[in-house]
Amino acid sequence: MVTTTNITKTYQKGTVKAVDNVSFSVEKGELFGLIGPDGAGKSSIFRMLTTLLLPDSGSATVAGHDIVTDYQRIRSKVGYMPGRFSLYPDLSIEENLHFFATVFNTTVKENYHLIEDIYVQIAPFGKRRAGKLSGGMKQKLALCCALIHKPTVLFLDEPTTGVDPVSRREFWEMLKRLRQQGITILVSTPYMDEASLCDRIALIQNGSILSIDSPQGIADAYPSSLYAVQANDLPRLIHVLPTYHPHMHSYLFGEYIHLDTRGMGGHDLPEELTRFLAAEGFGDIEVKPIAPTIEDCFINMLIRHDT
Amino acid sequence: MKQFITFVKKEFFHVLRDRRTLLILFGMPLAQILIFGFALTNEIKNARIIVIDQAKDEASRRITNRLAASNYFEIQEDVMDQNRMEAAFKEGNIKLAIVFPAQFRNDLIHQNHAQIQVIADASDPNTATTLTSYVSSIIQDYQTELNEGNGLPYRITPEVHMLYNPQLKGAPNFVPGVMALVLMLVSVMMTAISIVREKETGTMEVLLVSPFKPMWVILAKAVPYLLLSLVNVLSILSMSVWVLQLPVAGSWLLLFAESTLFIITCLTLGIFISIKAQSQQVAMLISLMGMLLPTMMFSGFMFPIENMPMPLQVFSNIVPAKWFYIIVKSIMIKGVGLEGIWKETLVLCGITLFFFLISLKSFKIRLE
Repeated sequence: MVTTTNITKTYQKGTVKAVDNVSFSVEKGELFGLIGPDGAGKSSIFRMLTTLLLPDSGSATVAGHDIVTDYQRIRSKVGYMPGRFSLYPDLSIEENLHFFATVFNTTVKENYHLIEDIYVQIAPFGKRRAGKLSGGMKQKLALCCALIHKPTVLFLDEPTTGVDPVSRREFWEMLKRLRQQGITILVSTPYMDEASLCDRIALIQNGSILSIDSPQGIADAYPSSLYAVQANDLPRLIHVLPTYHPHMHSYLFGEYIHLDTRGMGGHDLPEELTRFLAAEGFGDIEVKPIAPTIEDCFINMLIRHDT
Repeated sequence: MKQFITFVKKEFFHVLRDRRTLLILFGMPLAQILIFGFALTNEIKNARIIVIDQAKDEASRRITNRLAASNYFEIQEDVMDQNRMEAAFKEGNIKLAIVFPAQFRNDLIHQNHAQIQVIADASDPNTATTLTSYVSSIIQDYQTELNEGNGLPYRITPEVHMLYNPQLKGAPNFVPGVMALVLMLVSVMMTAISIVREKETGTMEVLLVSPFKPMWVILAKAVPYLLLSLVNVLSILSMSVWVLQLPVAGSWLLLFAESTLFIITCLTLGIFISIKAQSQQVAMLISLMGMLLPTMMFSGFMFPIENMPMPLQVFSNIVPAKWFYIIVKSIMIKGVGLEGIWKETLVLCGITLFFFLISLKSFKIRLE
């Protein structure tokens, strides 16, 4: 449904490389995630695919149309929700929805079934100005507006940034339901925990793709074993842990410290480390093997990338 | 078409729901007309003057009565000598003094010629000129009356001939000026800002990724401002007719047609600015510095263009407001028809076409 081949995008006359030789393809009905921190190039990729920017080199197609030569056909087929809130704050919920429905040559009635699940949640506030809505409600309205013309491909650029955790979860539930209706969805997010909700993800950093796979595939491909460590004095533990082994990588992850054992040999880590930490004066020591999350994989890739 | 109408409706919502926009749109013309009409006028009322009448005959009294009857002057004292007059001038108590020589009527009757000394405080040259011309026209009035039915003319005074505006009223000059200014502000600045605002809020991104053609987006944004500007033209004209008592000498229809043309000129300018500017502030600055200032300076409204150095005179030709100012003045005050202003109209059409074409050419269907 969407394919890109070696697309590159630079800004400021080629001095800043935003997207570097990116290739991927998205199948029909897939929920595809672009995962990466701010400034990784996610928005630039979305803007090229929605025909708002021209790539410097490379090519891409959306719904079978070339993004450069056939931009007008793409514009009538895709739905796009930019990163920042992009509705009219001085129009009410209903007015915004009707406006975008009409601009896209359709009516709210015609495609109401598509947005019904989402719209019923904000419908009680239908007369309220969009500028006065909460972050979660704004995103729901924006999603309704992007969906109202029944797009074949939906581009959502960081739809959950700045939205509370409950609304985020609801938002992803909605995306799953939309996928069941056969709509291909590309979504970008800086939140690693959302990655596991996608069918496939592309991890992206500094404009290039580090890896593309299903979330499970990416986790399975983690090259070494991973441990979570906890003790009574976490701030001191952060400093003491790296002295255990020179090749060890450790980083804070919630209330645990994650420990990557690559290059450390195959000895029995949990017991030895527990003994080491006890000798250092820690109490309540816990060392357990864990399955890597997407964030672990991402951090691991960055470390490998740097060294 | 349905898309277009919905879009225009949305634009009206934007305007009508923003108090500041409403204030600028409808408060400003009102305020400007009232300020220029009553506060900043160069028409002088109730100026304090003195009359030193050394003749005290029938002729001098008749002239003094006429001066007193006009509401331009307020005669302070009838009798005053030269010394006290000078003191009064120095203290700024009086603006003008009129001195009738002794034997004023005798001179007039027997020599057919008499003189009146008119002394004005020229530290404010504009006021002085205005006041002396008021006086001379009142004297002339009297003289005309005196000469009626009299074969021999009594005296030739320097003829002050004020075409179209015999009393040097302020309104005829500033109403066309305010019209040009207000239309410029509303159509250029507001249009530019409203388009750039969509760029800033990101809604332009969504609109671009829609089947609605980008050029239609721009046109749909221009239509409400065209209508609102016409409302402004109507309100300025009605105020000038009913509040300032300045009737429209020529055709109302022609005046409206020319105003529509000028509004379209301004809209194309606004659209052009909006294409170039990336933020509302930039759009506002360009509109103010690049459009409003030249309108004030080079339209002939505030400063006469004939007095400017040659390069500036040439420059004034590319300021659309100059042509509109000439057109409105011709229609409103002189009552000229299209045959008298077709050249100016053509120039405006040319400017409009020029900006429309370069806007069309530089219009971006993408973000960069």
